[in-house]
Amino acid sequence: MYDVIGIWAGAFFTLAIYSFLYKENPIYRLAEHLVVGISLGYGIAVTYSNVLKPRLIDPVNSGGHWILVIPGLMGFLYITRFFPRISWLSRYPIALLMGTSMGVAFPLTMKAAVLRQLESAIIPLYREGMSWDVVLGSVIMLLGTLAALIYFFFSKPHKGPFFGFGSRIGIWVIMLGFGATFGFTVMGRISLLIGRVQFLLSDWLHLIK
Amino acid sequence: MRNCWIGVPVLGIVFLLTSLSWAQQSDAVDRDMSVPPDEVTEKPVADDVALQPVAERIPVEPSRGLAPPGAIMVKNKENDAGDQLVVSFELPADTTGIFAYRIYRRVSGEKDWDLVKVVAAGEPTEFIDGYDPEFPVMPGTLYEYRIASVDPEGNEYFGEIQVAQETPHGEWYHTGKTKVLIACAIFMGLIFFYFNRAQRGVKMYLRPIAGIEAIDEAIGRATEMGKPVLYVPGLSDIADVATIASLTILGRVAKKVAEYQTPLMVPNRDPIVYTVAEESVKQAYLEAGRPDAYDPDSVFFLTTSQFAFVAGVNGIMMREKPATNFYLGMFWAESLLLAETGSLSGAIQIAGTDAVTQLPFFITTCDYTLIGEELYAASAYLGQEPKQIGALKGQDACKAIIITFITAALAFGVLDLLFKSDLVEWLSNFLASPIVE
Repeated sequence: MYDVIGIWAGAFFTLAIYSFLYKENPIYRLAEHLVVGISLGYGIAVTYSNVLKPRLIDPVNSGGHWILVIPGLMGFLYITRFFPRISWLSRYPIALLMGTSMGVAFPLTMKAAVLRQLESAIIPLYREGMSWDVVLGSVIMLLGTLAALIYFFFSKPHKGPFFGFGSRIGIWVIMLGFGATFGFTVMGRISLLIGRVQFLLSDWLHLIK
Repeated sequence: MRNCWIGVPVLGIVFLLTSLSWAQQSDAVDRDMSVPPDEVTEKPVADDVALQPVAERIPVEPSRGLAPPGAIMVKNKENDAGDQLVVSFELPADTTGIFAYRIYRRVSGEKDWDLVKVVAAGEPTEFIDGYDPEFPVMPGTLYEYRIASVDPEGNEYFGEIQVAQETPHGEWYHTGKTKVLIACAIFMGLIFFYFNRAQRGVKMYLRPIAGIEAIDEAIGRATEMGKPVLYVPGLSDIADVATIASLTILGRVAKKVAEYQTPLMVPNRDPIVYTVAEESVKQAYLEAGRPDAYDPDSVFFLTTSQFAFVAGVNGIMMREKPATNFYLGMFWAESLLLAETGSLSGAIQIAGTDAVTQLPFFITTCDYTLIGEELYAASAYLGQEPKQIGALKGQDACKAIIITFITAALAFGVLDLLFKSDLVEWLSNFLASPIVE
């Protein structure tokens, strides 16, 4: 019974959202407001049951984890935003969070986005037994990396043989990469559409099995 | 007749709903009847049962069948925060019929066991305990382990309870990250060097970027049309660099908007980003000398759900018809949904993100797109503050170092290929040694 209601509701709201392809209309507006409201309510419930309760309330209630009261109070300071006279207190958890996030992210980014990439770029171009196409691929990758890096130089004018030519090649390399990414991602989106059409034709209308 | 025409389908629907409801209740009853009673809870509790993992409802140990694993070795993991242990165990002499091994852990002296790992037969018998956030390893805590051989039917054959030889403890210095430390120090040193130069008044050139130069034009267009400006600061949290860059740009945009007295709308997905965005916009109005013009409803929170957020923003775009849309920050699959709707609504659109998979969508649907690092640079461009320009120059210097490394490696690679010299090989290895692990 509930499955049937769920399928009909799912089909109705799928079509309601798709009706936006024609134009913004009251049915779409209904679906939009419902999904925003329900997702927000659901998010609050999930945050309470998956984060607040098991990671703060339960450990503190069971005793022995009093240290958790400090982050709990820091989080509680966010609520001071509702009281203009003491709303400045909410800046403390924000500052702590931003500072900590940046501190943690900096070495991680340095390792993953700089050193690892650099390591991959300075591999030997040729080794015994390598086929010519692999060598050519490595050379193109290396020159492409250099050109893309030149494009992202902001403090030099993109003129002359090095910065001018290099940045022009760089933007070509970047756009070629984006083209490949575009095709790859579109394929993923098409599979999502197929999933939705399958739901409508199979689960709802039973036209296909 | 007309009454019958209406009544028959109504009665039919009522009958159908009743039947379905009855059928579902019957199914539920059948399912309840088919579930065997839980042997663990029905049986009297013996001493041995107390060692069973209560949370996992493991059945009582069956009669001897499979050989249990042997000794368990537990070592503290180096270079961590004291929240991981390296656990390994000896395989039984006879592994015939063993499907997997289940590793249970408990704090020494406590009653309940946690299933922390399942190792399939034939897989390595060493693993890191502490990865699962549901069962964290706490620093300085003594743990006990017990491992069971599991047959294909799920029966478990437990070995001895063994106390961990070591307790987890953290280290202050990660010996494997010295290279990262040096790279960070060089990077920060360069930024501070150029930062200092900029503060001393040294003029620094910044090449023009079309997307950034168009920001003023886009706000001006909205002002002329008397329509609002929509600014989406991405969907990521405050820890994302793209979000922080976006919030800095938001401050600049809000200042312009305040000067021109154009309405601004900033929908948010993350509650913390929302609070920071609100502060940023409020501050911008104050700096523009128009604190009275600040509308507290201009920055608002929608929902944390990704696609619900998109549905909401799309609705706003079609109803409010903003003249200018900014999408700056981190975006995922929603990028095309947002930008395509904005394009349909006729707005001028400026996007910027460091998400490589989403940039192609923004490039195809927006008027201007800030690619990757251009987003980070936008704030320095807009503000023209010496500090930020100096930081940008420092980043360029880091890129120059990287280009030098790659070019030198390429040159040595070609020389090595042509001359096969020991000196060139040594130089090549010397160059790579600070980078390659």
